[in-house]
Amino acid sequence: MKCEELLRILGDYVDGDLDPALCAEFDRHLEGCNPCQVVVDTVRKTITLYKNTEVYELPPAFRERLHRLLRERWKAPPTPHEA
Amino acid sequence: MSDDATLVTRAQAGDFAAFEQLVSRYEQRMYTLAMHVLHQHEDAEDVVQTAFLSALEHLGELRQPAAFAAWLTRIAVNTALKVLRKRQGLDAVSLEAVTAEDEEGAIPHPQYIADWRDDPSQTVEQRELQRLLAAAIAALPEKQRVVFVLRDVAGMSVEETAQALGLSPANVKVRLLRARLVLREHLTRLFGDERRRLVPPRHAGDAPRATPAAQRLPRNQEG
Repeated sequence: MKCEELLRILGDYVDGDLDPALCAEFDRHLEGCNPCQVVVDTVRKTITLYKNTEVYELPPAFRERLHRLLRERWKAPPTPHEA
Repeated sequence: MSDDATLVTRAQAGDFAAFEQLVSRYEQRMYTLAMHVLHQHEDAEDVVQTAFLSALEHLGELRQPAAFAAWLTRIAVNTALKVLRKRQGLDAVSLEAVTAEDEEGAIPHPQYIADWRDDPSQTVEQRELQRLLAAAIAALPEKQRVVFVLRDVAGMSVEETAQALGLSPANVKVRLLRARLVLREHLTRLFGDERRRLVPPRHAGDAPRATPAAQRLPRNQEG
């Protein structure tokens, strides 16, 4: 397997969707190719970083508004009637 | 702490405190998702609000309480995509049409390979890390970004992502691979240790290497 071929199936590899024979070939390539090892590991790291980092923080003022609104809706009767 | 299924069951029986715990558990995640897709605070807030209102309204219809997170994520993603399509002035179908033809471009080839497998958050302040990650994902072409967000941030399956976007699973995989590689490249330029930079090896049969910009994989066959 060449680096180019590895790159094509890298997505399936990190998702664990590669068939076992191809996966073994992939692993064999990695054993002898440090740059590809680093690429595979840093792709994994990229995914983990985005999965685990709250890149945007929920604005506290919005959070308050949201909870207030939900509470009001929760209390609200299902059909409108006189106040 | 109660699990989702317990909280959903209590909320379905009329317990607002239980519902609010679910909101607190997932509001940050839904907001991040919406921001990744839309890059605009007001729109992201609208999406989160709409998603939770919809969850509140349809909670009784949720048959599998343990599936609350996936259900809520689907609502939020669909709401965000609706906003995105409206913003583009496109109908629900043409997101696919607009993006279908350029699937055959080259897969980005790793050019900058340097180790940053140790946790970069130990060396970079959390806030700075957030800023850098936001900038990197914002720089992705929209069609790649949305696939990456649905699949890798929201944790949707390839099939669910394909369905939400009106794409084939093969399309989703190609866009996802491209997005992951572009982000990896971007982050490596930020976090990679220049002193430990590795040169991509050459293999027999590789195309001759010209300028870095010309380093391309063969066009993929998927269309």
